Amino acid sequence: MHLLKDDSAADRVSKPAPADPARAQEFSADVAPSMDHLDQLEAQSIYIFREAFARLKKIALLWSLGKDSNVMIWLARKAFFGKMPFPALHVDTGKKFPEMYRFRDHYGKEWDLDLRVEPCPPIDAVDPTLPPAARSAARKTEGLKMALAKYGFDGLIAGIRRDEEATRAKERVFSPRGLEGNWDVRDQPPEFWDHFNASPPQGAHLRIHPILHWTEADIWAYTKRENIPIIPLYLARNGKRYRSLGDQDITNPVASNASNIDEILIELEQTKVPERSGRALDHETEDAFERLRVAGYL
Amino acid sequence: MNMIVTTAPPATPNGTTRPQVRIVIVGHVDHGKSTLVGRLLHETGSLPEGKLDMLKAVSARRGMPFEWSFLLDALQTERDQGITIDTTQIRFRTNSRDIVLIDAPGHAEFLRNMITGASQADGAVLIIDALEGVRDQTRRHGYLLHLLGVKQVAVVVNKMDRVDFSVDRFNAISDEISAHLNGLGVTPTAVIPISARDGDGVAERTDRIGWYKGPSVVEALDRLEPARALEALPLRLPVQAIYKFDDRRIVAGRIESGNLIAGDEIVIMPAGKIARIKSVESWPVTSVASRQGAGRSVGITLDRELFIERGDIVAHAGSAPRETRRLRARIFWLHDKPLAKGDQLLVRCGPKESRATVVAIEKAVDPGELSSTENKAIGRNHVGEIDVSLSSPIATDPYTENPRTGRLVIEVSGRIAGGGLVLSVDAGQRAVPVDIVPVESALRPDERSARYRHNGAVVWLTGLPASGKSTLAKALERRLFSHGGSPILLDGDTLRAGLNSDLGFSAADRSENIRRLAEVATHLARNGHIAIVAAVSPAREDRAAARRIADTAFREIHVATPAEVCEERDPKGHYKKARAGALASFTGIGNDYEKPDAAELVIDTSKRTVAEATDEVEHMLKTTGVLFDEVVDLAANI
Repeated sequence: MHLLKDDSAADRVSKPAPADPARAQEFSADVAPSMDHLDQLEAQSIYIFREAFARLKKIALLWSLGKDSNVMIWLARKAFFGKMPFPALHVDTGKKFPEMYRFRDHYGKEWDLDLRVEPCPPIDAVDPTLPPAARSAARKTEGLKMALAKYGFDGLIAGIRRDEEATRAKERVFSPRGLEGNWDVRDQPPEFWDHFNASPPQGAHLRIHPILHWTEADIWAYTKRENIPIIPLYLARNGKRYRSLGDQDITNPVASNASNIDEILIELEQTKVPERSGRALDHETEDAFERLRVAGYL
Repeated sequence: MNMIVTTAPPATPNGTTRPQVRIVIVGHVDHGKSTLVGRLLHETGSLPEGKLDMLKAVSARRGMPFEWSFLLDALQTERDQGITIDTTQIRFRTNSRDIVLIDAPGHAEFLRNMITGASQADGAVLIIDALEGVRDQTRRHGYLLHLLGVKQVAVVVNKMDRVDFSVDRFNAISDEISAHLNGLGVTPTAVIPISARDGDGVAERTDRIGWYKGPSVVEALDRLEPARALEALPLRLPVQAIYKFDDRRIVAGRIESGNLIAGDEIVIMPAGKIARIKSVESWPVTSVASRQGAGRSVGITLDRELFIERGDIVAHAGSAPRETRRLRARIFWLHDKPLAKGDQLLVRCGPKESRATVVAIEKAVDPGELSSTENKAIGRNHVGEIDVSLSSPIATDPYTENPRTGRLVIEVSGRIAGGGLVLSVDAGQRAVPVDIVPVESALRPDERSARYRHNGAVVWLTGLPASGKSTLAKALERRLFSHGGSPILLDGDTLRAGLNSDLGFSAADRSENIRRLAEVATHLARNGHIAIVAAVSPAREDRAAARRIADTAFREIHVATPAEVCEERDPKGHYKKARAGALASFTGIGNDYEKPDAAELVIDTSKRTVAEATDEVEHMLKTTGVLFDEVVDLAANI
């Protein structure tokens, strides 16, 4: 070890204790306050954001305006101490609920985001053999491809979670996507000990999943803890609320009286109905979801 | 199809925390892992409403008898082929634990997926078919668990229905696997007889295994401890990045062990510089006063400006990690091409990366075999012990001292190809120097240096625009050439027209510009030439990166002509344009030039002629071992 000699005695004087007595007590603690479950998830997500930013050249966060991507933006702001230093990309089908557009425009400004709104091609431009809801969702894939070609991002941050859907459970934190945006399930590179494969093959890009380990309940609990703004559609109105927010014409509300987050959490604890049960496309064909996934739809 | 039920934390306001334990299930394919997991989900009430009935209906429609393992077969291809391909994360609850169960396949082909799953585990369930007994995969997985440092292993002997629930058969298997695991230093927490298909032993002991008095699978899982105690280890904060988004200079990373607080005196390894933590930053509330412990992602500011880069480790003086260029590791290999002596790799230890050479293969073992035969190379899915030499120093700990920092992964061609535990860190060993030519060249370094009468080098001229870098570079080029040497000029502007024409002048692009220059120059240097680089290269961090790339071949020359003189010269008219506001981010006006503090030579071209300056450079190159003295003794340089 080559320790540099530090001669300035002034530097060795320790900082005075802060005046605030409550803080002084914290200051003198010998043991660090332990981390709860949400603290651990948060720390891991921040780690992932920082790795993605350090190792990739040009990244963007896919902002779906839903509760998951709002948590992600919050985590990014924590990771980088206030401002997310890369763009938020909204691939817009044009068919989101009006409340979502209002949310986007308001918080895009308030959070000082570098917001890019990119349109999707019209419905006749996508694969006609897919069932209607899946077709609608596939517009997003095309819109995303166009945005990628336009901006040349080599990494996209997406808010998928393992518990949402069984096929998503097999994702990696840094997941390569082929030239067509497709996902080779069988050929996933190994990922362990928080080391991520950050070099996709030529022309391909990476998907980064910072909230892969979070559950639906974790997202709500964190939203509540941090006071993250949410779209009111998630809360019950007339005995119904939206558990997940896709395009208007393919998302249905579920029966619920949960009018605040605490009630949502209790409801989640008791229910065994899956989160995406309101989404028409999951019921249409068993393998429709898998086909979409392989084709690069989230 | 949505298979997995989300497990919500308790909705009580003070939120009692149930310990979470992450577990992987391993063992030979077909020994019943998926069936066991399906059964566990059912027994703990974790299946979504109606899911079981729906799947039975789906199976009937496909003309297949219902299997419990179908609960996991989410993918179309799996149902057709009958094997689980990848790792899935499933959660359920036992009496007092939240279990995250990672289903890992047994098929050898997908070992890399299994490793990814196992590597996050606090404990493991090792499953064995009672009829087939302990197989290769069984032993292999046991060895891998040991390799990955997974200490808690519960063994499950499945398909007891196929051996008529025989006590003797169970005991025979139990003895064999216990001996194998004990030999690896692992004591199983339990060995449990079950029939996953029928349910015996999974949640409850039944009459058919009435002779067994130990815990059921659910009970055994309930007793597993999550692995912690990192708080008590010395502080290790590997630096992920340094951020300057506002006026704060924040060192960001995740505390891997120990803890820190504002006011702590710390040391930055491997350089060994000391500083004090000025503040612990945060958002939205800034300046955290409380101690921050292991697991937290933090940002700290220091009381002084220091050169820190990603990969450095922040520690407390007195308990800092060792700096080394040589280490030994026990690894597992996942790449198609076996790992052999002399191979060039990229080693990652946390955010730190370093190119490395395999100096020796000390052991190469197929973990499925009972005896280890000595091999020259570590094959795919095999394990071994290697000795590597690192081209940049790494600060780390042996695995036995710190399980977080004492492990590394190995990359080949940009993909993770293996990983393992650091066995020992050898401080003070000389690394393989960078001027050893890699295997691809047909020529030896001394052949070239004999002809040119110099060693390869990277002469890096840095300074303000119009300071005289290019002029000096060209003069040096002519001088070296006239003495029979092989100089090659790499002018920053020239390369920006070609190789670097895709780059602009943002900070990131400037860094990339420098990196490419450094790589090209280093390649030339490795092959015996003197690469003369003339580039403004204003950022200290970028030049440091160049020095790291070129290593012992790097010679930095600060062309320190005063700014007024440069502006007066203004041969390309850039200063005039920039003053008029027509040239944004021009170094010298508005953009900061960061002076080198340890250049091999500093020259002010306003105070000497070109010839005099060239003399000085030549002299420096002689005294620092690049140029040979006139009387050449070849033997002296071998």
